[in-house]
Amino acid sequence: MKEPIKLNVNSENKTFSADPSEPLLYILREEFGINSAKFGCGLQQCGACLVLLDGEAEPSCLLPCQSAQTKSILTLEGLEKDGKLHPVQEAFIETQAAQCGYCINGMIISAVSLLKKNSNPSDGEIRETLHRVICRCGTHSRFIQAVKTAAKSTESF
Amino acid sequence: MPLLSCTGSTNSQPGTYQGIPVRPHVDKDLIDSWIRLDANGHVTILTGKQELGQGIRTTLLQMAAEELDVPFEICHIINGDTGQTANEGYTAGSNSVEGSGKAIRQAAAEARLYLLTLAANAWNENISNLSVQNGIIKSKSNQAISYWELLAGKNLEGKITGNAILKKYQEHQLVGKPIARDDIKNLVRGKAHFVQDLRIDGMVHARVLHPPTYGAKLITNDFSEVSMLEGVLKVVRNGSFLAVIATREYQAVKAWMVLKATCEWETPQIKVSQASLFEDMKAKSMSPETIEDSADISKNLKIASKKLIQEYHRPYHMHASTGPSCAVAQWKAGNLTVWSPSQGVYPLQNSLSDLFGLDKEKIRCIGIPGSGCYGHNGADDVSAEAALIAREFPEKPVRLQWMREDEHQWEPYGSAMVIQLEAGLNPEGKIIAWDTNLFSDTHSTRPNGNGGHYVSARHLEKPFEFKKGGFSGGSYRNAIPLYTIPSKRLLLHNYDGPLRTSALRGLGAYGNIFALESFIDELASAAEIDPIEFRIQNLDDDRAKAVLQSVAEKTNWNTAQNAVNKGFGVAFAKYKNSASYFAVVAEVSIDKSSKTFKLEKLTGVIDSGQCINPDGLKNQTEGGMIQSASWTLLEKVDFDEHGVLSTDWNSYPILRAKEVPVVEVHIINRPELPPLGAGEAAQGPVSAAIANAVFNGTGTRVRELPISAEKVDWNNVS
Repeated sequence: MKEPIKLNVNSENKTFSADPSEPLLYILREEFGINSAKFGCGLQQCGACLVLLDGEAEPSCLLPCQSAQTKSILTLEGLEKDGKLHPVQEAFIETQAAQCGYCINGMIISAVSLLKKNSNPSDGEIRETLHRVICRCGTHSRFIQAVKTAAKSTESF
Repeated sequence: MPLLSCTGSTNSQPGTYQGIPVRPHVDKDLIDSWIRLDANGHVTILTGKQELGQGIRTTLLQMAAEELDVPFEICHIINGDTGQTANEGYTAGSNSVEGSGKAIRQAAAEARLYLLTLAANAWNENISNLSVQNGIIKSKSNQAISYWELLAGKNLEGKITGNAILKKYQEHQLVGKPIARDDIKNLVRGKAHFVQDLRIDGMVHARVLHPPTYGAKLITNDFSEVSMLEGVLKVVRNGSFLAVIATREYQAVKAWMVLKATCEWETPQIKVSQASLFEDMKAKSMSPETIEDSADISKNLKIASKKLIQEYHRPYHMHASTGPSCAVAQWKAGNLTVWSPSQGVYPLQNSLSDLFGLDKEKIRCIGIPGSGCYGHNGADDVSAEAALIAREFPEKPVRLQWMREDEHQWEPYGSAMVIQLEAGLNPEGKIIAWDTNLFSDTHSTRPNGNGGHYVSARHLEKPFEFKKGGFSGGSYRNAIPLYTIPSKRLLLHNYDGPLRTSALRGLGAYGNIFALESFIDELASAAEIDPIEFRIQNLDDDRAKAVLQSVAEKTNWNTAQNAVNKGFGVAFAKYKNSASYFAVVAEVSIDKSSKTFKLEKLTGVIDSGQCINPDGLKNQTEGGMIQSASWTLLEKVDFDEHGVLSTDWNSYPILRAKEVPVVEVHIINRPELPPLGAGEAAQGPVSAAIANAVFNGTGTRVRELPISAEKVDWNNVS
């Protein structure tokens, strides 16, 4: 049964009709044309579908869209401001932190959420944060380096 | 046609490059087959190879831009597309730079020569009086014309003559530079990049319900409950192949969940138990093929002053791509188009032609990046399945994505292996005989023209026969030591095992090098010679010695050994005995109180001949090191009589951020030599380096992967 659902995605409000149990991930991809959050496991094990919900990195693959209505939802597409990339995005480019790139969403979303709370994280804290995101190409060392680079940025998060 | 299939450089005046008109590939001998100047001010390179996350686009563009004398920023690339590019087989075996790179480099030099000849004729000048900079030809008498003005809308009609001379490496401006990958700018922004991101007007979504285990038969006949679900457009059933099509992706997922919960299957049992797998391999393999023989192997083993015999085991490993396999297929007026992450669009076209009994000309396969595949994963299967489903829903593009369990259970794994080694030393510590008995299932069941190689083709009402074939090739990759040994023998025992197998990064090289380089360490220990010194003493190849010497320097090998509660191990290989040289040192820390060890660091040195892009080479090598460390420390596919038990990331854990070692890669660049394939060079040596470091730190020699703390005899740790 469809119901009207109202979501705030990347500072844009949109109301549409959807199955309230449909997880946020599919809604983002189909209603909002989002590419960044991806289906990886559908089991909250891999982090490919992470989005920022009120600033916290959360998996979107099982979360009913209904319960995201009260939250502000931010994805990679919304990190860029006035044509300027977020320092974490810049750092990922600078570090060339990607191989296939399927996990880059989860890595960046996790890093943004970490740096907001802790602008000078230790190596251990960075690893702890990125741990939930599966990367099969083995790009971890560059992700860790990219987060360190971003942390050094003078930009505010 | 979505522009996604042709990734342009975002550097180049955004919006101005709209791709080039699709023209079919005619002949590999034509420059036009590789390089086009169809878009004014832009260069488009066509390669039959796929971008798999290895950065091949950047590397190939660097090689082309270099020889053409055009700015890198105006170059774009189209990857494998049967409607446009050359047939370059599979993107596999670390062959893209050595193969496609070589072809594109030559084509670019030919294009430059062709254009210079045109200008020379137009100006009545001698070619030697002309120069090129940024795509503009200038004469000594100050005439100037750009490539595009010169062509005036015509195609590059020249042939690849072989007359064009490549630049000398001393003149290189782009080759050898760490040019950044352009696609990363798109990835961090969440721009469409993957086949998973493809959206075509009217596209519908599908899920396939794979059987619970190999060879299971679908009993259920009534799918009315699922057909009634909201959004469900069709349930597709053909024998034991079952899929559902829905308007929205989640509707397809929901329907799939209902099918999964309600369908009944007749399931055969897997006859081999996991616990007895390696014994079964030795007992049930076919009579051996002699791959290499030596008349005096027995004699040399007999006269050896020291002799060792050991046996090593590798379990089944999976590709376990982060993103489940996905493809889009559309049937229109009897023609089939498939947007696929396959490693080979032409082999895909051939195999689909077999599957559907359809002329190849009616099938177009367009390669689009998927999640990293590392070999033959589900990418081909999902492409065939999308086409099977779409046939039942003509005209509409059908997007099929696998669920996580489809990927884990149904991909073809890297085969389990048993490697028995026997070797003899002379009193000086030289190896004089080396005997290998190798037991393995096939490492290649790619669907190269055979519909029966798609799993789901075997589930159809009229099932396709699956003939395994192609046993040997990949199994003994790197099994013959590069070391200088007077007598070497290799017997290959092919095994028809319980699980589906095919090409996983490195094929047999991973298991073979694990065994070989562990055994070399055991021999060094028996000879009481330092393991790096022992390797160098038994090698003639100077490049092999150089990577070993370099890794010893980079890790302070001699002094590092004194550290307390640490273990250090080295390993080396020349991939395929013909591609890149790679030596690596693993450092583990030992914690006796908690009976654990941790892989702290991997330091690698790679010689890939002429290095095209040092950062790309490092990135690939770092990734290979971490992936191999994950296989080595954690991974094995579990199964019981009912099927595969490793169905997700909890039941098949891989290394994550907290556990990954620090990785450091050093390059020995040899710009005067041809480039060598590098993408798989690290897989084998890393496994043995870890085994050797664990032995060095704990005294336990682990000969069966994965190398877990439980396999260490902690009572013997000093």
